[in-house]
Amino acid sequence: MAKGKVFFDQDRCKGCELCTIACPVNIVIMDKTKINIKGYNPATVSDMDKCIGCANCATMCPDSVIIVEREK
Amino acid sequence: MSKVLMKGNEAVAKAAIEAGCKYFFGYPITPQNEIPEYMSRELPKIGGVFLQAESEVAAINMVYGAAGAGVRVMTSSSSPGIALKQEGISYIAGAELPAVIVNMMRGGPGLGGIQPSQADYFMCTRGGGNGDYRHVVYAPATLQEAVDMTMEAFEVADFYRMPVMVLGDGMIGQMMEPVEFRQPAKRELEEKTWASVGTKMERKPNVINSLYLDAKELEDHNIRLEEKYNTIIKNETRHENYKTEDADIVFVAYGTTARIAKNAADALREEGIKAGVLRPITLWPFPERAFDELNCKAILTVEMSMGQMIEDVKLSVNGRLPVHFVGRSGGMVPEPKLIVEKAKEILGGAQ
Amino acid sequence: MAVVFQKTKGLTDLQTHYCPGCTHGIIHRLVGEVLEELGVLGESIGVAPVGCSVLAYKYFNCDMQEAAHGRAPAVATGIKRVLPDKVVFTYQGDGDLASIGAAEIVHAAARGEKITTIFVNNAIYGMTGGQMAPTTLVGQKATTSPYGRDAAVVGMPMRVSEMLATLDGAVYVERVSVNNPGNVRKTKAAIKKAFQAQINGEGFSIVEVLSTCPTNWGMHPVESLKWLEDNMIPYYPLGNFKKVEEGK
Repeated sequence: MAKGKVFFDQDRCKGCELCTIACPVNIVIMDKTKINIKGYNPATVSDMDKCIGCANCATMCPDSVIIVEREK
Repeated sequence: MSKVLMKGNEAVAKAAIEAGCKYFFGYPITPQNEIPEYMSRELPKIGGVFLQAESEVAAINMVYGAAGAGVRVMTSSSSPGIALKQEGISYIAGAELPAVIVNMMRGGPGLGGIQPSQADYFMCTRGGGNGDYRHVVYAPATLQEAVDMTMEAFEVADFYRMPVMVLGDGMIGQMMEPVEFRQPAKRELEEKTWASVGTKMERKPNVINSLYLDAKELEDHNIRLEEKYNTIIKNETRHENYKTEDADIVFVAYGTTARIAKNAADALREEGIKAGVLRPITLWPFPERAFDELNCKAILTVEMSMGQMIEDVKLSVNGRLPVHFVGRSGGMVPEPKLIVEKAKEILGGAQ
Repeated sequence: MAVVFQKTKGLTDLQTHYCPGCTHGIIHRLVGEVLEELGVLGESIGVAPVGCSVLAYKYFNCDMQEAAHGRAPAVATGIKRVLPDKVVFTYQGDGDLASIGAAEIVHAAARGEKITTIFVNNAIYGMTGGQMAPTTLVGQKATTSPYGRDAAVVGMPMRVSEMLATLDGAVYVERVSVNNPGNVRKTKAAIKKAFQAQINGEGFSIVEVLSTCPTNWGMHPVESLKWLEDNMIPYYPLGNFKKVEEGK
């Protein structure tokens, strides 16, 4: 399984949670400890080691919040 | 250059092509069908585009798109169809796009009739569409004027970035007179760097738009438009005085009605009654100041309507002189006799 | 590690005004990605509608024109007839395209105008606060159908793709959905094919994208994806209704 890494531009996030249901390894969650500049709990990753770089989260994101990297 | 005998509608269409217009979007409606028909024959010959749209609404929006793409473009219609175009004309004015719109007026309201009228004066000079905007309105009285004004309209539209209307009545469209096609005085026109032609990734995107959600921005936009309109009022207003200097009664009329009024004025002069004609040539801007020069006893507005321009006449005169009305509507054309008798009635009362 | 997904150059940096979870954001991105990948961003002119996406002219990174409500296909026709070598597209919602703009879209398709229409169908009027649309489902509540759409009074919802596919001028007609990542990828592929049909000079192309409106459906964005899947897809079947070969 490939290894991946994702970056969330949290201030762009509107807290819609579409990314959370797209992740096949269930590591995308809403960060309830944070409130971003828009007033939402932004999305984040709970367990980056499990990321497979599939980009499903970024595919569902309406706001270009997520950058995805993957091992070649 | 030699003159050629042409039907008004066709002369207007040819004039547009002579002015460099290669794009026409229109829809059939009596009495202007010769315009789209002429365009459909001639534009393909010069690599232009003629498209019969599905409606007048669609046509004016195609004009918007083409104008936004930076070219000279025209549409034509008659009264009910022009009513449909009002939304599009407002958008063109708001987005500051150049375009020429030809209206060959017919009787109204509603479906009305197909005979000539001047009953669109309100619609065409008061904006017709929503919001604060104006557009230049040319009212030709002869086919030569129709040709000259159509060609001038493209210059004015490009120079000021606004829609310009050539307002004929059904007679202008249907009658035949000899015309020649002379280029108007060319204005210094800027390159259309604002047009939506593709960025080539070399510049920021151009947006053709009339939406300003911020109220202050929209107000500033309207103030800028108003400044443009004030410049046009100063520089583009046109009228003609016919024997008004010593006249006791002055007829105010435009288009073919002005020709009938001139005949009436001449007939009265033969009887020793001094009559003249003040002919607005631009209906917007309306030649208000021309009325300051009149020293007559009375003004008689003559229109092929129930009386629309008369309101602008009254505003211009501002109570200084009595203003009367005579006209025909529904497609009926006033005869000189009607004007002569009304003038005698007015002057008889004035004595 | 290499970057495999980042923000497309097809969109400007401006953050959108769309509601959280609104699928306009996804569809805008797909259009931007496709135009960037096809290398035609500098040759593109888009026409924005009236609706929630009225401000689309701020989000696409290409020349744009704002059209009157429903008139985008006519505006696009004017542009494309003047600039036949450019890529011209309209982006319209269901009120704009299927209600006030019904005549314009039918005739643009019938004429085979070489433009591409992205049709965002979320079965409701978003911008004006949730009124019934031509594509609102039977029984679906909207502010102007507060008891649920009653087919006896207002007729059945309109299947636009099926209708336009009957026109010879429409050479590529496909209905897709953005309710899950797989479908989002299929949507992108369809949008690419649609623009390719235009670039190849084939004719009119349209992609109908089933979308959500969490705010006016009164649901959480995640819930609305499920509602789309359970209610819209059965009535508006996904798939291709016209392929380029058939259009010839």
